[in-house]
Parts: sequence; C-alpha cells; structure tokens
Amino acid sequence: MADSGADLANRTSPLSGFHGGSSTVRLEAAPPAERISLRARAEDVAALSSALGVDLPVRPKTSASGNGRSALWLGPDEWLVIAEGNGGLMQAAKNSGALHSATDVSHRNTAILVSGPGAAAAINAGCPQDLSLKAFPVGACSRTVFGKVEIVLLRTGGDAFRMEVWRSFSDYAFGLLAEGAQDAAV
Amino acid sequence: MLLIHCPYCEEDRSELEFRWAGEAHIARPENISAISDEEFAEYFFLRNNEKGLTYERWRHIHGCGRFFNAARDTVSDRFLTTYKAGMPKQPLPETGASEKTVETYEATEGDAR
Ligand SMILES: [Zn+2]
Repeated sequence: MADSGADLANRTSPLSGFHGGSSTVRLEAAPPAERISLRARAEDVAALSSALGVDLPVRPKTSASGNGRSALWLGPDEWLVIAEGNGGLMQAAKNSGALHSATDVSHRNTAILVSGPGAAAAINAGCPQDLSLKAFPVGACSRTVFGKVEIVLLRTGGDAFRMEVWRSFSDYAFGLLAEGAQDAAV
Repeated sequence: MLLIHCPYCEEDRSELEFRWAGEAHIARPENISAISDEEFAEYFFLRNNEKGLTYERWRHIHGCGRFFNAARDTVSDRFLTTYKAGMPKQPLPETGASEKTVETYEATEGDAR
C-alpha cells in the first residue's frame, strides 16, 4: 500500500495562530480542555458533586473550582464542567451512580482567555451583561451572547475572563474581541 | 435596551438573551383524541392577540435556557411581571398595570426604546 504520509493525524486548535490584543487587553487561545454538558435533578447533585470532585453550584451565575476542575451553573439543572487536560469527566459522572445526562463537548467548544485592565470593556464590545465586579464578581459565570454568537463567560480574576465559544464561531469571537480590545485601549 | 427579569436567574438581563414563545396559560386538552376539529383548531391555532396586557411565554434561550411566563403590555412593550413556568397568573404590580395605553405615535414609538 502506498504511503499516504497520513499515519499521524495532528490535532489543530481552531484558534492556533490567532493573535490580537492591545495595550490594555491580552487575548490568548486557551489550552485544550475536557468539557461535559451535564444535566441532573436537584436530588442527584450531591452524588455527582462527590464523584466529580467539585461541588456543582446551585445558585444562578456561580461556579466552583477544585482539583483542576471547574463547574459552571448554566441553568437550574444544567452545568458546564471543564477539566484541564484529560480529566476523565465522563467516567467520573458515570461512577456517581446518579441519574444524569452527560455529553462530552470537549471539541464542540474552545476558549479564549481575555485578561488585562481593559478585559471587561473588550468583552462589553459585544456582550450586554454588567461586568462590574459588583454584578459579576470573580467566579461568576453565565451563558450569554457576544455579538452574534452564544458564549459562556467565566470571570477567573479581577481582570481575567474565560470565554467559552463553539469552535466554528471562535474566529468570529476572537475577531470581535480583537476589535473590542483596540477600542478598550483608546 | 430592554431589560427582562428572568425568574430563574433572578436578575434583569438584556432582551438579546431572550426569545418570545407565544401566548401563555394554554392548557393542552386532556381528551385531545376525542375533541372535534373545531375544538382542536381553537386550542392549537387560535390566539387572542390582545392589544395591551397579554400573558406570554418567554424563553431565556441564551441564558439559563428556561421557559417562563411574563405579563407584558403590547402597546408600551413594558414587562409588568415575570414568573416561573407552571405558576398560575400572577397579580400585577400597581404601577405598571394602571398605565394608560394611549394610541399616538409618541406613545407607541416614543416608549419603544
Ligand atoms: Zn434565566
């Protein structure tokens, strides 16, 4: 058989090679991560929390982090759980023994890390939420819109956000963020 | 920008995160296979389309994803109250409910900010 030269399939990040930002905003593609979309009833939250090693938050717009994992409240019975690297989230959820629905969305989403004193202003170029520290403190998270696309926004620090976006929308999101970053520096 | 209170997120959020989902409090007939075509049409197709106060379903589709109910004035586009799905019609707050719906260009377009 002819050697196709394709013995090795290299994974490319949807945002590899993208760069942008300004004097007040830094934009970076986040490293690959494992993600699950998790749905469960209130009575199964405790078992899933202990199996995942992170407490699933039950208050709107809140998240919890620990053991390299973050759990983001998206709705009353819906969470986005993110693990650094290869975290075994599907297996952990399965081990809970609790009734739930978990879908691996690791490669549906990618993420953009937005940081710097102009980070909130850059995001507000396309996001209608109040990103003041009072309304959106560190650890706050929300599904919302950014320009024409849906995102999940997590505040990881006073001046730092993680923007989760569907991979096919990520060049649009990155481009709009780059525009917002320029405006935030004016 | 219009702000809508989501009863699940427990805060006011931009209209951009929401989607309208039709008239609220329409119960599916329990004997749906037995009702006449006319009764089915009444349930399935016909809506009151009231001018002024209406009860509607809305969905926080780009937020928590939940359907909820809202009382809205279709003339002023003012949301009078919102409440969780499954709850009965809620009493309206005093201020919004007594608002006159005057049919002038200024009253309709001027308030539609
Ligand atoms: Zn909501």
